[in-house]
Amino acid sequence: MNSFTYARPDDITEALREKSIQVETTKFIAGGTNLLDLMKENVERPTRLIDLNRLPLSQIEELPDGSLRLGALATNADTAYHPEVQSRYPLLNQAILAGASPQLRNMATDGGNLLQRTRCYYFYDLATPCNKREPGTGCSAIGGYNRIHAILGASAECIATHPSDMCVALAALGATVQVSHPTGERSIPFEDFHRLPGNTPHLDNNLTPGELITSIDLPAKGFEKNFSYLKLRDRSSYAFALISVAAALELDGDRITDARLALGGVAHKPWRDQEAEALLIGQPATSDTFRRAAAKVVEGAQGQGSNDFKIELAKRAIVRALKQAAEMSEEVNVNVFQNSNP
Amino acid sequence: MSTVIQKPLDHQPPSLPPTQSVRLTINSQESHFTVAPWTTLLDALREHLDLTGTKKGCDHGQCGACTVLIDGKRINSCLTLAVMRDGADITTIEGLGTPENLSPLQQAFIDHDAFQCGYCTPGQICSAQGLLNEGKAKTEAEVRELMSGNLCRCGAYPNILSAIMEVMDKDGLIMDTKEWSAGGAKPEMDPINS
Amino acid sequence: MMTTDYIGKPTNRVDGPAKVAGTAKYAAEFNVPNLLYGYVVSSPIAKGKITKINAEEVLALPGVHKVFSHENVPSLAWFDRSYKDDVAPGGSPFRPLHSAEVKYSQQPVALVVADTFELARYAASVLEIEYEQTAHETDLSKHIDDAREPGGGKTGYKPPKSRGNFGRGWEQGVAKVEANFQHGAQHHNPMENFATTVEWLGDKSLNVYDKTQGAFNSQQYIMKVFGLSKDQARVISKYTGGGFGSGLRPQYQLFLAVLASLELERSVRVSLTRQQMFSFGHRPHTLQHVALATNADGSLSGINHFAVAETSQFEDFTENVVGWSGMIYDCKNVKLGYRLSKLDVYTPLDMRAPGAASGSIALEIAMDEMAEAAGLDPVEFRLRNYADYDQEQNLPFSSKKLRDCYHEGATKFGWANRNPAPRSMRQGNRLIGWGMAGGIWDSATQPAQAKASLDADGHLRVQSGSNDIGTGTYTIMTQIAAETLGLPIEAVTFELGDTLMPEAPVQGGSWTASSVGTAVRKACQALGEKLLKQAQKMDESAFADATIDDVQFVNGQLRLRTDPDQAVVLRDLVQASGEPRLEAENSKLPGMLGMLKPAQYSMHAHNAVFVEVQVDEELGTIHVTRVVNAVAAGRILNPKTARSQVLGSVVWGISMALMEESVMDHRFGRYMNHNYAEYHIPVNADIHDIDVIFVHEEDDKVNELGVKGIGEVGLLGVAAAISNAVYHATGKRVRDMPVMIDKLL
Repeated sequence: MNSFTYARPDDITEALREKSIQVETTKFIAGGTNLLDLMKENVERPTRLIDLNRLPLSQIEELPDGSLRLGALATNADTAYHPEVQSRYPLLNQAILAGASPQLRNMATDGGNLLQRTRCYYFYDLATPCNKREPGTGCSAIGGYNRIHAILGASAECIATHPSDMCVALAALGATVQVSHPTGERSIPFEDFHRLPGNTPHLDNNLTPGELITSIDLPAKGFEKNFSYLKLRDRSSYAFALISVAAALELDGDRITDARLALGGVAHKPWRDQEAEALLIGQPATSDTFRRAAAKVVEGAQGQGSNDFKIELAKRAIVRALKQAAEMSEEVNVNVFQNSNP
Repeated sequence: MSTVIQKPLDHQPPSLPPTQSVRLTINSQESHFTVAPWTTLLDALREHLDLTGTKKGCDHGQCGACTVLIDGKRINSCLTLAVMRDGADITTIEGLGTPENLSPLQQAFIDHDAFQCGYCTPGQICSAQGLLNEGKAKTEAEVRELMSGNLCRCGAYPNILSAIMEVMDKDGLIMDTKEWSAGGAKPEMDPINS
Repeated sequence: MMTTDYIGKPTNRVDGPAKVAGTAKYAAEFNVPNLLYGYVVSSPIAKGKITKINAEEVLALPGVHKVFSHENVPSLAWFDRSYKDDVAPGGSPFRPLHSAEVKYSQQPVALVVADTFELARYAASVLEIEYEQTAHETDLSKHIDDAREPGGGKTGYKPPKSRGNFGRGWEQGVAKVEANFQHGAQHHNPMENFATTVEWLGDKSLNVYDKTQGAFNSQQYIMKVFGLSKDQARVISKYTGGGFGSGLRPQYQLFLAVLASLELERSVRVSLTRQQMFSFGHRPHTLQHVALATNADGSLSGINHFAVAETSQFEDFTENVVGWSGMIYDCKNVKLGYRLSKLDVYTPLDMRAPGAASGSIALEIAMDEMAEAAGLDPVEFRLRNYADYDQEQNLPFSSKKLRDCYHEGATKFGWANRNPAPRSMRQGNRLIGWGMAGGIWDSATQPAQAKASLDADGHLRVQSGSNDIGTGTYTIMTQIAAETLGLPIEAVTFELGDTLMPEAPVQGGSWTASSVGTAVRKACQALGEKLLKQAQKMDESAFADATIDDVQFVNGQLRLRTDPDQAVVLRDLVQASGEPRLEAENSKLPGMLGMLKPAQYSMHAHNAVFVEVQVDEELGTIHVTRVVNAVAAGRILNPKTARSQVLGSVVWGISMALMEESVMDHRFGRYMNHNYAEYHIPVNADIHDIDVIFVHEEDDKVNELGVKGIGEVGLLGVAAAISNAVYHATGKRVRDMPVMIDKLL
């Protein structure tokens, strides 16, 4: 871990000012669950930390237009279990609870969740080249062990994935990220928040270095009737997704009147596919429809060797998640197991 | 043959961080001490305050051995800095009970043999206490899921589950009426207290 | 009812209160005054040499004391034998910081010592080291042809013995199966990271708090390497946060901490990080081939089992992978082979049920395939090939209740309801499969010593320098001592983990219960004889003519068997002696005598495992929803702690079958998932119903206590049974462990 100084401002203005002094080497810290992890690995080496925890940003409140504002400092646990989230955005509740552990969810903040960095083994290990960590050194995951790596939207420079579960639901729900900077504020639609790697894989998102996330706003429509967050991983809990699918439907009888579909574990960003959504809307909620949407999502998907299986797995997971969302039956929930002892 | 240089990512001259004073209430006792910001809460407890009941298993939030309670909520003490917790109310395993005066969870862990080497145990028990405080788990499956942030390499999971279920059962916190013992059948043995 | 009969009772762990209250202290938790902290720098390359260490900037930091490396390590022991520990395999042991040469990735190359842990860690992060990298070879699959039979293996290792003529057996066979199997490297990853705290007592005198499975092994090592006397090198290890074999050999943090302490004349602690827990021994990557053939009646006409495993360039790590295949089933024609390939990795290390855990996966999956090919139920097939004596050693078994394991396990599981056809059971989206397998493990006894001492308050203190890695040693030794001298368990304290105590072997091989247990029993019996002599000194003693066989120790008293009313309280005997305490030792080494004589019996524990899996075929997810593990391991000293050992073994088996693998990127010769987030072991949500059955097995030949040890046998067969159940569920045979989602799609 690096040597650093520490400040704990009480308000946003002061936090932004503190950050602006040495904007490149100063980092904000909130939950700390990923930043301190990376600092101990020497992947992140800030010289100054600005602790945001005294800022008044932990509220979850309904806005006049019916949307729900998640304060950037609300913890993942408080968000998942918030009555408004549970009743109006159960997809988000499921996605958050599918991630990390109860302890980590009690620490990690909603703003911080967006800023999680990839779990790529090579990114974490200073002994191997990594364009995300040290631009220009090369991507070790290409041609290496890339079971957890991207099948969509990757580049020749980086095949890392974004590790968040929460963000997959936020992408599906069409959230908006509210941001403050020293001279004002701006809103960033969720889909524009994270980046694809291209030839700048060291940039995970479109925040400028002096900016601070203040809230994440959920639109009024929460798809609380038909939804599913399906996460597939190498153990039942406390593991990052190989593939995750956030599926949300609005149904009129058997017909799909609105649809949302986003994937985790497949790309450098939470992967929402609006073209696939368009293939669902107006169609009957049948396996055929779901398969067409799934095929659309993986169009152009490319495996890297150890992750080739994820292309087929993604298709199957999408179909299953859509089916679960349409039927909302307990029986198909992949995570509930009862033994068949007679 | 090629040359490899192992060096830090940054190239700044080495320097030491300033220290600052921190006040924590730990197990109902107030404690003042001076640390540099790079000291985690876990290292502060173990190395500065000699509260070694809280364990370091990975130092990266990947095992749960360092679980403590802050204002009754369970967290990984390895992923927070002591300075960030200035003024906080912290409960560690030492604050839950003593060998002479064990908490119900601690006693249940003994009765159900819910540990072997004992290294993950303080974290498991603090986590279980956090689980009880949260009140979200009502069934065996929910306890399993919500205790999954604590690895146990000895594999005591079935006994950890039954220890927690027993405490929840006594407190009337269980929703399902299903036989809760994790071992398929409840082991036919009554504890002999030593 | 004798209230002091404790053996065989489910006594709660006596070390339980200390462990649940957090007062049990592990190696890194002795906060001695003026402690310095060492942080290890690990090599980023797999092979080459260090050409430059730039420590100037680091040493300029106030509070940094020294950077140890090959450049400044003082002259230490010269010969390899000084670096060989009790468990070292043949070859030339790795010497930390010995030379500029890098032999494997993550090799320790420097130790930074500073006033605080954080400063040492920081200083290590800014230390610049230059390497000249040369080509490395780490991929076993590319070096199968280089593999050769091991030279000198570990103590006790015997090359596998073939018998009969497999070629003929294979030709004769009416049904045959033949397949390749593999599993990757696995790391023990006990929850406690390896650490050593060395307390400097002045004049090269050290108290060494070490994470180890054998305090005496660590002591011998540092005595030889650093030229210390026994008095200068006291090693203490009262609590060990898991071992599974990783603590059998002294690890490099012990060397580094002692080095730093002696050089700086200060107390020093060195703890490894979780990432560095992947920088030493591991279960080796192993490739296996099994061919089986049966006669028309379903009896095996031939068994061929061949294994190739990795080892380091400097030591030949051997384990018994294939030998069990010549022992567990009845077969005349057995061909066995075992070879090693030297790679640029660290030497592998015994890991829970070493060899057998690997070998049983291949053999027991092949047995399942063979049963199907022969048209027999897997249990019935094994019963038809039941070995009534050990054909490998040509000896009778001291006892073998494997048949009972099959029967009791099958009954409890409901095996009779199994439809043999794959894909015949379904529930919703999930296919259900039932599989079984079994295993065999050595029952060994090692030399051990113990001391017993009864004080005038009637408190018995028993010591043996053994270890408790979570196995329950504290508890069962307390039970044995209490029952032997008829004392209430509260009046007995058993102590271990200190080289000032009578000597005991490393804790491993499932031999602690039998070895240390026998020593404790003998020490207590010797003390009993002293107590009897004291009783005989009393005026008009009712015991005047009694021999030890005429008396019993029950309920805190010594009494005549023929007339239990003739009794004397043990405490009173100590008081009458005028001494503060009466003591006795077992200084004879049990087993030593037996080791000189040729073995008369083959002594083994056995098990049979029945498993239910549920597989979501579309998504490839597998859950092990039900396990019944029936174990025959002689007398069970404490069914509660023994059950926990077997539960843990099942969890290990699930882990081996479905999750565990240290994945190496051969371009870097480096394990890439070297942390707890990416090296998956089960979490609570992965574990469902597990039933443990101990079948009744009496054995008066294996040792005085009739115990066989249960630390390892429970793991055998679990992974194979899971793979067999996955086949039964899906019709897909997976022979490459672990069975992860992608292998089922």
